Amino acid sequence: MAVAKKIPSILSKQISFCPGCGHGVVVRLIAECIEEMKQEKNSIINVGVGCYSLMTPSVEIDRFDSLHGRGAAISTGFKRANPDTLVISYQGDGDAYSIGIGESVSAAYRNENITVITVNNTNYGMTGGQMSATTMPGQKTTTSPLGRNCQTTGMPMKFPEMIASSFPEVAYVARGSVTKPAYVNKLKGYIKNAFEAQMNGEGYSLIEVLSPCPTNWGMSPVESHERVNGEIEAYYPLGEFKLREEK
Amino acid sequence: MKVIVNDERCKQCGICAVNCPKKAISFSDVINMKGYQPAVVDDALCIGCGICYTMCPDWVFEITGE
Ligand SMILES: Cc1ncc(C[n+]2csc(CCOP(=O)(O)OP(=O)(O)O)c2C)c(N)n1
Ligand code: SF4
Ligand code: SF4
Ligand code: SF4
Repeated sequence: MAVAKKIPSILSKQISFCPGCGHGVVVRLIAECIEEMKQEKNSIINVGVGCYSLMTPSVEIDRFDSLHGRGAAISTGFKRANPDTLVISYQGDGDAYSIGIGESVSAAYRNENITVITVNNTNYGMTGGQMSATTMPGQKTTTSPLGRNCQTTGMPMKFPEMIASSFPEVAYVARGSVTKPAYVNKLKGYIKNAFEAQMNGEGYSLIEVLSPCPTNWGMSPVESHERVNGEIEAYYPLGEFKLREEK
Repeated sequence: MKVIVNDERCKQCGICAVNCPKKAISFSDVINMKGYQPAVVDDALCIGCGICYTMCPDWVFEITGE
């Protein structure tokens, strides 16, 4: 018997990302978790600046267009004023790791009871594909036209590993991907865990998602999935870096 | 019918088709309002597994459970 699956009712409008963009899957999984946890009227999604800013008209829950990179700080304010509300900070690698790294680290350092979801597509998608902190070694972008030189720019940042090892008291840290059916199902479990941890008052939770940006990578959507499953996953391992503890 | 296709949302990225275990997805000759040839499901081949729903970034599919 086939299992019925319906697009969450808070996603009644279409979304305007490029064909094959990974953001659409992440937004849907967040909406599915909110709906399953019956938090449609008790959630706020705080959206950073990047292509995902385009989600705000399509996601029919409370939402806020954040200042660039400051999502974790603004979410802190929402959470402290409304401690029973599910507060989600949706950011990109450019937003959370390059522009707003100070705010991103500080929220984890304080073990703020919020959920940060960072979508890592190895570039600044919205502005035309500039190099970000997670651009892969040798990757050509508009600001690394000869390929990223890691001798002068450092190696790509591993934010979940950094947070889990530096601040072991945080509630939950994981990295998922949207590029295989089994990965999408696992990622949904990670997001659910993070939301449950927050509603339980367990502290800060972080999910990084490996996600394709076919437009700026100059690839077809299917090729961009292969790149994530090969080169990118080899450097950015999937899995849980901090497990929830019994409270 | 095992799958409902909301074809006006489709952007013809092809991700559903490569992941469908039964190769039940092809693309229409009729162009949608966005200018793409949307996904079409062959109900005779489809097993209702839901992988197309899981993978589609544009919220095109619903699985009826039939
Ligand atoms: C203060 C400020 N600086 C720079 C910009 C330009 N800008 C817009 S989006 C963006 C980067 C987005 O990258 P990322 O967060 O990785 O999101 P993506 O579009 O790749 O999903 C930049 C630099 C801005 N809008 N505001
Ligand atoms: S530019 Fe990249 S990240 Fe932005 S919508 Fe297009 S595919 Fe997605
Ligand atoms: S995955 Fe979705 S948007 Fe892409 S071709 Fe299939 S139905 Fe269309
Ligand atoms: S439900 Fe499964 S078999 Fe049917 S079209 Fe979708 S992926 Fe293919």
